[in-house]
Amino acid sequence: MAGNVWVLAEQWRGQLSEITYEVLALGKELATALGCDLQAVLLGHNVKPLAASLGKADSVLCLDHSALATPVAEIFAHALTPIIRARSPQAILMPLTNVSLGVASLLAEELGIGCVNFCRDVRAVDGSLQTRSVLYGGKMEAIVKPAQRPAILGILPGVRPPDEGLAETVPPIEDVTVDVQESSSIRWKRYIEPEIGDVDISKQEVLVSVGRGLQSPDNVAVAAELAEALGGAVCGSRPVIDQGWLPLSRQVGKSGVVVKPKLYLAAGISGAPEHVEGMKNSELIIAINTDEQAPIFHVAQYGIAADVMDLLPALTEAVRSRKEVKSHA
Amino acid sequence: MPDPAIFNYFGVPGYSLLWLLTLISFLVFGRQVTRHVRVLAHARAENRWDQIGKRIGLVVTNVLGQRRLFDEPLIGAAHFVIFWAFVLYATTFFWSLFRGLVPAMAIPYPDEVAWIATSVQVIGVLAVVALCVAAVRRYIFTPVSLERSWDAAIILLLIALVLLSSLAGAGFRALAATEGESSRSVGGFLGGLFAYLGVSPAHAPTLYLAAWWIHMITVLGFLAYLPYSKHLHLLASPFSVFFASLQPSKMPPASEGASRLEEFTWRELFSGLACAECGRCDRACPSFDCGDPLSPKQLIHHVKELVLTLDSVSSHGKTFLGDVVRPEDIWACTTCASCMDRCPVFNEHIPLVMEMRRKLVSEGQVPPGLPEALNNLARYGNSFGQSERKRAVWTQSLGFKPKDARKETVQWLWYLGEYACYHPGLQSITRSLARTLYAAKVDYGIVYESERNSGNDVRRVGEEGLFELLRQKNTAMLQQAHFDGLFTTDPHVYNTFKNEYPELNHGRHPIRHYTELLATLFDHGELKAARKLPYRVTYHDPCYLGRYNGVYDAPRRVLQAIGVELAEMPRSRRQSFCCGGGGGRIWMEEAGQAHSRPSESRVREAASLDGVRYLVVTCPKDYVMFTDALKTTGLEGKLLVKDIAELVEEAVAA
Amino acid sequence: MKIIVLLKMVPDVVEELEVAADGKTLDSEFLRLIANELDAQALEEALLLKEKYTGTVTVVSLDAPEVDDALFTALAKGADRAIKITGGDGALGTRAGAYLLAQALSTIQGLLPADLILTGAQAIDDLDGLTAPLISHLLRLPQLGIVTKVSVDTAAGVATVLREFPGGVRGEYEIKLPAVLGIQAAEKPPRYVPVAKVRAAMKSQVIHSVPAPMMADGGVALLQVAAMAKPEVTEHAQMLRGSPEEIADQLCEILAARGLV
Repeated sequence: MAGNVWVLAEQWRGQLSEITYEVLALGKELATALGCDLQAVLLGHNVKPLAASLGKADSVLCLDHSALATPVAEIFAHALTPIIRARSPQAILMPLTNVSLGVASLLAEELGIGCVNFCRDVRAVDGSLQTRSVLYGGKMEAIVKPAQRPAILGILPGVRPPDEGLAETVPPIEDVTVDVQESSSIRWKRYIEPEIGDVDISKQEVLVSVGRGLQSPDNVAVAAELAEALGGAVCGSRPVIDQGWLPLSRQVGKSGVVVKPKLYLAAGISGAPEHVEGMKNSELIIAINTDEQAPIFHVAQYGIAADVMDLLPALTEAVRSRKEVKSHA
Repeated sequence: MPDPAIFNYFGVPGYSLLWLLTLISFLVFGRQVTRHVRVLAHARAENRWDQIGKRIGLVVTNVLGQRRLFDEPLIGAAHFVIFWAFVLYATTFFWSLFRGLVPAMAIPYPDEVAWIATSVQVIGVLAVVALCVAAVRRYIFTPVSLERSWDAAIILLLIALVLLSSLAGAGFRALAATEGESSRSVGGFLGGLFAYLGVSPAHAPTLYLAAWWIHMITVLGFLAYLPYSKHLHLLASPFSVFFASLQPSKMPPASEGASRLEEFTWRELFSGLACAECGRCDRACPSFDCGDPLSPKQLIHHVKELVLTLDSVSSHGKTFLGDVVRPEDIWACTTCASCMDRCPVFNEHIPLVMEMRRKLVSEGQVPPGLPEALNNLARYGNSFGQSERKRAVWTQSLGFKPKDARKETVQWLWYLGEYACYHPGLQSITRSLARTLYAAKVDYGIVYESERNSGNDVRRVGEEGLFELLRQKNTAMLQQAHFDGLFTTDPHVYNTFKNEYPELNHGRHPIRHYTELLATLFDHGELKAARKLPYRVTYHDPCYLGRYNGVYDAPRRVLQAIGVELAEMPRSRRQSFCCGGGGGRIWMEEAGQAHSRPSESRVREAASLDGVRYLVVTCPKDYVMFTDALKTTGLEGKLLVKDIAELVEEAVAA
Repeated sequence: MKIIVLLKMVPDVVEELEVAADGKTLDSEFLRLIANELDAQALEEALLLKEKYTGTVTVVSLDAPEVDDALFTALAKGADRAIKITGGDGALGTRAGAYLLAQALSTIQGLLPADLILTGAQAIDDLDGLTAPLISHLLRLPQLGIVTKVSVDTAAGVATVLREFPGGVRGEYEIKLPAVLGIQAAEKPPRYVPVAKVRAAMKSQVIHSVPAPMMADGGVALLQVAAMAKPEVTEHAQMLRGSPEEIADQLCEILAARGLV
């Protein structure tokens, strides 16, 4: 009998990551198609209350242990291995984020099986699983049919809308005894927060985001003017932050902040996957880039193939005059 | 008149005193000069004895003729006078000295020979006037980068003293003259003036002696002081001009870079000694103009200090590059060569920058933006980081396929340059030219994906190894291709192919800029303007086409042929003001210290001309830099940048 | 301090990638390989650590086209030794590659024990696993990934590292040496090394070629690609055209319709 579909519910610092819901939605689809249950696996310390939000799953396995308080890949892998052996799921869907990176590889080795990474979609075809995995920075997609059980699949963010992973019901929760120890070799010390400064970009409704296409740090001011006119803030992609044009707290992307504003204006951003991860769920995405082939245009609803420095001042002007007209009306 | 050399001063004959003073002066002078020579002897060798005839010509034009001084006309005229006055006075001085040291010689003093005395006096007066002009200019209307230093003041005063003492001596001589020796011009006038002022003729001989000694001592003192001051340029400049760089590309000989005294060549160090600190280089420099850290004059000054402050035997390993000259100063240079073009003593600022850039690169110390560009160039043959296979994408919307010079023989091989191929804003201009030439049935071809960056700017950022690599590959590729002549859209490609690719065998393969080709086509009627374009335009001379290679007229002939009205900017031809993109600066990130950019200064200059609609360019980097500058200065409505190819197509199209 | 850097060659995505006739692999005609970007960061971090704490840096790679360039560049940058494992199957996945490397590291004299084994946190072709955790498992060493800063207390045999979390948060960990680290970014951008130096390295230095060890087990790729293709472009933005002013007006209409202006 084929086992259940498991989803590793990712939590970090007491909160469930959004990707957890995305993967739950996927897991539910797969479980239904395969005719089995969906189980969420929650690891951490004092995280049981979070399990209540995992109602999309048929049940939750809660692995609570002090050694799981901070993410160390080896410990998570050690914790999961015996219960996987004992309960034989047929698939384990693992989020690929900075929090959980590495767990899938280690877990696969502990179990003596392989894993499939970079999955942007998974389907059940004739009772077996098939992934579409992204390769070479998005230039190719591979169709992979895992032949082993369980299939350990690394799932990319954005695989399903997170809303589809929500459920009102509270799932049954099973406390599972965890047989791990604190690592003798790795000791967690502390978190270092980025300097927030005055603006929390995750709370902004409008973001004007700048990338390398801006060419010069002097031009950030032009973007800031537009942001101000629209009542929002400036943020940027990783290269821009690495260069020091904006502080770390303004970085959008996989290693930065994930934002979902009403308007995300990507100015001079190419649309690398690590950046897109951080903004793809924005309500309205408008992209400006001189390169018509830039990947950002697959994510945006509207695009302009033009020089950012040509367009931003004109746009700022138009927005301002419109607001003036409104205020006089 | 008494003979100053024989006259007894408190029992000591004049010539004894003269011998003593002369020996002291010569020793002090000789010691310092010897020291300089020994320091230079420890520098790297460099052969500058080629083309002797040309070198002599340079000395005649630029030392005797003082040509470059006349770029600034007023002080040019003044300095011309001062220079020739100096020549004349130096001659008469040594004559007097010789006569004074060896009184037994039966020759007159120079001021005893009528026509010599007159000439000396007349020129002396002119020189005093010129000196006043110089002093007023330096101390009241001080130009940028001209210092009101003690050294300068002392020099002016010493020269004044030399002149005035000589003139005064002539005046006293005239005053003491009997009726028989009629007064001569200036001397006579001054004699009359002294008489008017109540100087008694009885005192005139004594005063004459005093003036003579003041004159001789001042000059001897000046001589001794010379090698310690900026006036060393008096001695050094004829040599710096004679040993000037004769090659157009202004590159130093092959090296791994220099940062210590013994790593520079003797000619590079000599620039420090020949410099008169006139500041023309600073006033010409586009980076300096915009507040960038670079000051060509300071650079030369640092080299002078390097030579002066170190022991003659070896450098103490002091970090000249790093401590004294900062890397950001070196990276700010656009290699536009305005400094070298204006320098009256033919100093070599760019080779110094090149040597130091080579050293920085060899240590991996390159500014942000450059590693990426260089890695892309090494790997993909272009700085954009795009695949080589996309080099000919611009041809896709042409409507015809240009010939492939790798496969079939063409008359002209068109080497486009990476900007013309890859830059999205420039591809339409490239197509413009392609269509125009095609319609005129010019037999040309391109080499499609086999084209790589020519390496001109790679060389200018100091990456000689990468330049070698590119040159090898390009040369091998071109040797396989089939063509007569080569033309290019990019002056940087033009410069390096013409001057730095010896294997291209220019005799067999004429290298042309596309404006030269267009001009010839118009001249021969192969291109005809269907109508005259009713525009008023101005033209920017690219650095690597104009100053480096002397091509000023061809683009203007093309403009004439298409009928536009050309209004020249104040800084045109040799004086053209760099767009700021050369020397690899277009790859580097902005210095951030400048208050503006050279390109902005230039577009403002263009926009200041009445009624000018287009700023015409013939270099792709100029197009990119000026288009950006129009935006950042807000001048977009007033002026547009056009490549000459666009205007030609418009004029020629039926 | 002994540092090993694991460097692998991956497809250079600057070139257009095409699928080969078999429908499963990359067409090799115009394919170029380049050192994995994050492995280059790992190399830079290793060189910085060497400069700070003195020691040696050995770069180890599996043989692949253009790997010699990458290894000579590493030597020119200051690595002490470069080792190339030859004879393995060129189409290895990450997992099989890691097995080969682990075996090679264990068998080549003088490599292990090392204080640190650095490699990139991930690579664009890591379909069946990540090198850092795989190597750490095979060599039974502790591992941390997504590392951006490393400092070492050589006396205590412990490294303090910063690891990236979402939202710009970083976690500070202490890890006992010897350890494996997956590097996300070195503390400085990878240094530039002039072409002349690389060429000099090609003349004066040697890449040690070591034949791939016999794999008893585990050297098999555990997954098979059924097919590979360029991703379908399902969505594309609606492109707005015109002058900047015209586009600005169109955008304002769009924003106004959503109450943003």
